[in-house]
Amino acid sequence: MGRKTLSAGDYVFYTINTAILVTFGVAALYPFLEVVFASLSDAIELTAHTGVMLRPAGFSIEGYRMAFQYRGLLTGYANTVYYVVVGTTLNVTITGLLAYVVATKALWRNVIIVLIVLTMFFQGGLIPRYLVVRSLGLLNTRWAVILPVLINTFNLIIMRTFFQGIPDSLEESAKIDGAKSLTIFIRIIVPLSGPVIAVMTLYYGVSHWNSWFNAMIFLRDRSLYPLQLFLREILIEAAYGEATGSVEEMGAAYQNVNEDILRNAFIVIATVPILCLYPFLQKYFVKGVMIGALKG
Amino acid sequence: MQSVIGAHGLGGKSVSKYSPTSIKRDFVQNRSLYLLAIPGLVYYVLFQYGPMYGAIIAFKDFTPRLGFLGSEWVGFRHFTDFFGSYYFWRLVRNTLVLNALELIWGFPAPILLALALNEVRRSGFKRTIQTVSYLPHFISTVVVCGMIIRLVSYDGLIVDALHGFGMDRVSLLSRARYFRSIYVVSEIWQKAGWGSIIFLAALTAIDPQLYDAADVDGVKRFQRIWYITVPGILPTIVILLILRLGQMMSIGFEKILLLYNPLIYETADVIATFVFRKGLLEASYSYATAVGLFNSVINLLLLLAANKISRAVNDTSLW
Repeated sequence: MGRKTLSAGDYVFYTINTAILVTFGVAALYPFLEVVFASLSDAIELTAHTGVMLRPAGFSIEGYRMAFQYRGLLTGYANTVYYVVVGTTLNVTITGLLAYVVATKALWRNVIIVLIVLTMFFQGGLIPRYLVVRSLGLLNTRWAVILPVLINTFNLIIMRTFFQGIPDSLEESAKIDGAKSLTIFIRIIVPLSGPVIAVMTLYYGVSHWNSWFNAMIFLRDRSLYPLQLFLREILIEAAYGEATGSVEEMGAAYQNVNEDILRNAFIVIATVPILCLYPFLQKYFVKGVMIGALKG
Repeated sequence: MQSVIGAHGLGGKSVSKYSPTSIKRDFVQNRSLYLLAIPGLVYYVLFQYGPMYGAIIAFKDFTPRLGFLGSEWVGFRHFTDFFGSYYFWRLVRNTLVLNALELIWGFPAPILLALALNEVRRSGFKRTIQTVSYLPHFISTVVVCGMIIRLVSYDGLIVDALHGFGMDRVSLLSRARYFRSIYVVSEIWQKAGWGSIIFLAALTAIDPQLYDAADVDGVKRFQRIWYITVPGILPTIVILLILRLGQMMSIGFEKILLLYNPLIYETADVIATFVFRKGLLEASYSYATAVGLFNSVINLLLLLAANKISRAVNDTSLW
């Protein structure tokens, strides 16, 4: 589009278009801002506040102080970090290995691909999945959060697509030298796959950070809970006024006006790592969409 | 958009490829390669095919003591129970209505956003809006639902606004008639920005000469969009629409599970949440599995139909 002087019609068009986009942007961002402002507000002034929040109502960091006193916060954080680190490492390794095998010209690759792709179209369902995890003796262990989501088939396809783009000649020369497949994978494929490994690490990492459902159905012990489950107790169950263990744990402080600032402080604390990574996430996630779409 | 899965012969072209000699040669050549696939294959067998096999309990009366194999066969009893139950139509209706509303309002949203972004002349502004609009995609469902609950609670911002128009102060999530709007609006908020990426990518493939020619001819803005931009991304739109139609009976149920409560089951309870309650909260394993299986089969049929339509209309398909 070359830049030239705008006609009156164009001017109106651009103005309206910009206005629409600004409205959309503000609507997308506002809920986050409100959470941040509410978390920094004074509890009593916040209760009295109505309408749009453009700054904290009063100022207090009481919400954060209460959040850090809450036992679940540190337990949840530590567990989530564990699930993210161990889970993502296994995810990327196992997905990468299988993706490499189906990206080669091995005879059985097509059979393997068919078996894998079938699972995208038909699944056993929630209850059989739960029963399988139970019968494997994984209930209430950390593995129950990690193993049932070991490979995401979409991610596997993205990795395979990337590996297929690596010239065969590189592998062939290594094969002639008599290198075993694992050596070829580690020495040749992995060093050339930085971008796709970064994309996969972020995809899997974010999904571990945000996941809660598997933890909810597979874990009993609160000491194994990821952060999102504690968040759920505070944000959702307590908001609905259900009597849960967490409410008692919070003590009397929870029952009074402080609960709103606590909740918002908790959201901020739980979301900050994602926000810090956001510039990378945005770049690499978009890249992943593109690798996937190129295939498509 | 040729094929989402890949054009690499899912059927296998020839039978002779799998002759005893070639199998043997392949095994000798690629033994160390197949070893690498083992952990991944074990995952698929245990956690994907295991539950598929486990779904046979839909036709049994599963008791943990007797296990998948030992439990007694009951044929289609759980299915007929479900079809005859009071909840059947309510669940199917809610699943379909939520999907239909999301299709009508949610499907065009990312397209309109992409079109609007495409007309922006200042790249800094465009990038800012994109950055902001992707943000909800990265936030956990729990946090999103926490925000929704706060906004629509009796003293939340949205109720404040509606109160200004004379509505009573009530928590919107306690009234069945508001749930669908809350669901659809929040879906758009979460997904429109992220969904626009694929359309923006398709937009970059449009030949700039078309726009230059339009400029020379003095074509108006809306006409440029309607006659050049929209046709340029139409194949992408059609393929995504067909895929979407194939998912009319499946629904992201985590959000519903976090937002709903017995007061609004009338509009909010869907098949997936019902399966969760029956199976995991009430331990009616076989019945819940049957309900889930019914849903999966419908989903599969819809997807196959969608793919068939896609192949006919667009000459493109999933496989």
